[in-house]
Amino acid sequence: MSTTLANIQTTSTVCSFCGTGCGIEITVDHGKIVKVAGDKKSPVSHGETCVKGSQAWAYIQSQDRLTHPLIRRNGELQKASWDEALDLIQSVAWRYKTGFGGDAFGCFSSSRSTNELNFVAQKFMRQVLGSNNIDSCNRT
Amino acid sequence: MFGSGADTGSYDDFEHTDVILVWGSNTQEAHPIIYNHMRRGIKNGAKMVLIDPRKLPMVNFAHDWLPVNVGTDIALANAMGHVIIEENLYDKEFVDHATDFFETYRAHVEKYTPEFAERITGIPQDKIRSIARLYATAPRAVIAWTLGITEHHNGTNNVHSLVNLGLLTGHVGKKGSALMPLRGQNNVQGGGDMGALPNKLPGFFNVEDDVARRRFEESWQCTIPSLNGLHLSSMLDSMREGQLKFLYIIGENPMQSDANTTAVRQALSNVDFLVVQDLFLTKTARMADVVLPAAGWGEVDGTYTNSERGVQRVRKAVDSPGEARDDVFIVMDIANRLGAKWSYSSAQDVWDELRSFSPAHYGMTYERLDRDYELSWPCPSIDEPPTKTLHTRLHSQEVGMKAKFVAVDFETPIDETDEQYPLVLITGRRLAFYNTGVTTSNYGSKVKDQEEYLEMSEKDAEHYGLDNGTVVKLSSRRGSVNVPIRLSTKMKAGNVFMAFHFPDTVDTNVLTNDAVDKKSGVASFKYTAVKIERL
Repeated sequence: MSTTLANIQTTSTVCSFCGTGCGIEITVDHGKIVKVAGDKKSPVSHGETCVKGSQAWAYIQSQDRLTHPLIRRNGELQKASWDEALDLIQSVAWRYKTGFGGDAFGCFSSSRSTNELNFVAQKFMRQVLGSNNIDSCNRT
Repeated sequence: MFGSGADTGSYDDFEHTDVILVWGSNTQEAHPIIYNHMRRGIKNGAKMVLIDPRKLPMVNFAHDWLPVNVGTDIALANAMGHVIIEENLYDKEFVDHATDFFETYRAHVEKYTPEFAERITGIPQDKIRSIARLYATAPRAVIAWTLGITEHHNGTNNVHSLVNLGLLTGHVGKKGSALMPLRGQNNVQGGGDMGALPNKLPGFFNVEDDVARRRFEESWQCTIPSLNGLHLSSMLDSMREGQLKFLYIIGENPMQSDANTTAVRQALSNVDFLVVQDLFLTKTARMADVVLPAAGWGEVDGTYTNSERGVQRVRKAVDSPGEARDDVFIVMDIANRLGAKWSYSSAQDVWDELRSFSPAHYGMTYERLDRDYELSWPCPSIDEPPTKTLHTRLHSQEVGMKAKFVAVDFETPIDETDEQYPLVLITGRRLAFYNTGVTTSNYGSKVKDQEEYLEMSEKDAEHYGLDNGTVVKLSSRRGSVNVPIRLSTKMKAGNVFMAFHFPDTVDTNVLTNDAVDKKSGVASFKYTAVKIERL
């Protein structure tokens, strides 16, 4: 599903905005997205996109993206390593799981994210934390 | 619908039908490419009727426009049902053969005469009659709706009232005849299908179904609570009550997307430990104890499921910045640290596990998705085609479980207007922008109108002595924002409209009401009583 021409690569994917599911082609040059356009092969949109689909992708390469984990220390969010962040989550989750059980936990997963993320999020809540408090926030 | 919440047909049905009722949907702006399908349908001869309080630009292509009063859709739908029965225009054969509880419905809509409905909805009785006839006598007809129907305190009942019309006329389960809730976000459909809901396991099984639950428990070597969990609004309640202490938010910004921001802040402040996994340091992330940087669109592999139940592959095109990681593997790391033994090495591994649980998805391998682009569930076999039209069985000899009429009543809104709060605020999206604006604030100068404004009718503006651009204080029973006004021919007097795409400057959801529909947990974003004051 990718074609390569020198340093330019095109990848076929699906738009991430509304629920229509238009086919999109992402053009990447030297590791950066340079163009997003409708994918003519899409049976949903036949190459059509709206202004969001073709123009609103700059956010993904924004300088404001989070690039490392943060932990609140002395009231402030501070840079941390993945190990520090995950260790902290592990120890607190463990304490609450043994102390209070599944009802103490909740998860908002995302209607913007993939099926695969939503599957592992609900599995995590049910299998690991023993809670059905999971919602993919599909009401807004 | 009838057990599984999804479109019964496909986008193709918009192109090959005779009547399209667009009900509570600004399709042209919120789902532009679905609207293109409708436009081709209109070109092919379909009559499109817009039922919406706003005179949207789509009206120019419509056969008719019904400017229904906000929140009175049930009265209109029931009156249409009344006319269709009274004039003997319903599909008797279909009703007898494929539905239950018709008599209850018939008795229920008897009092919804067009005269009675006119007083509630503001739609003249003759118009109600003519649209009812148009829909009922069309050989093929589609009803499409979005959040204008569902984002009310009685949104589920609103949906029932439309489904009843489909059952009455047999306009469901056939090519060109469908009931189509259009999904607002790219993977609303998929999130629910995957079991990321408090009452559903992956593949549409109910949590409270002991046999189904045991299959998952055996496979995952665990005990899953036998009762449904809490949906988002109830989780917020549980946080305020101090029961829910540990919240994990993945890719959501409830501080700006959910109704009644003040109440959301109280809830999130009250949890002991908040983990937020996102692309940006959103307002919600700023409240967290731990923030995890996630990979975004174009940076991960996986699938989305669209409004026509179509599963499609999304693919990684670029690396994520810095140390940001794929959500799936972040969750796997946390799970394994807490004793799970997950060993997924790709999104495909996760998908194959889902396929093993969900017969509706079993036939959709990644290989086949690569080849066929889009496959709509149910797709139980690798060799068989997917399902474009659901519920075709209702028209066959072997009808199986019958579809049920659910009689529902019109109710007045909870956040009612009064002397102090005389106007109705409707919220929604605008074409170029998306929800809380996190992903649509980087257009540069290419897109105009990159700000929030309050749309109002000329009549209301005159009444308050306001001009284009005047900044007003807009207040509800929950809070206030300052916002410039803009005269709009879309609005009728008494209604004002605002989006929620620029919450850092105008925080629309400070105003909205967090009272939710008891059945679905949806908040009533489409009806907030407000007042306007000059600054």
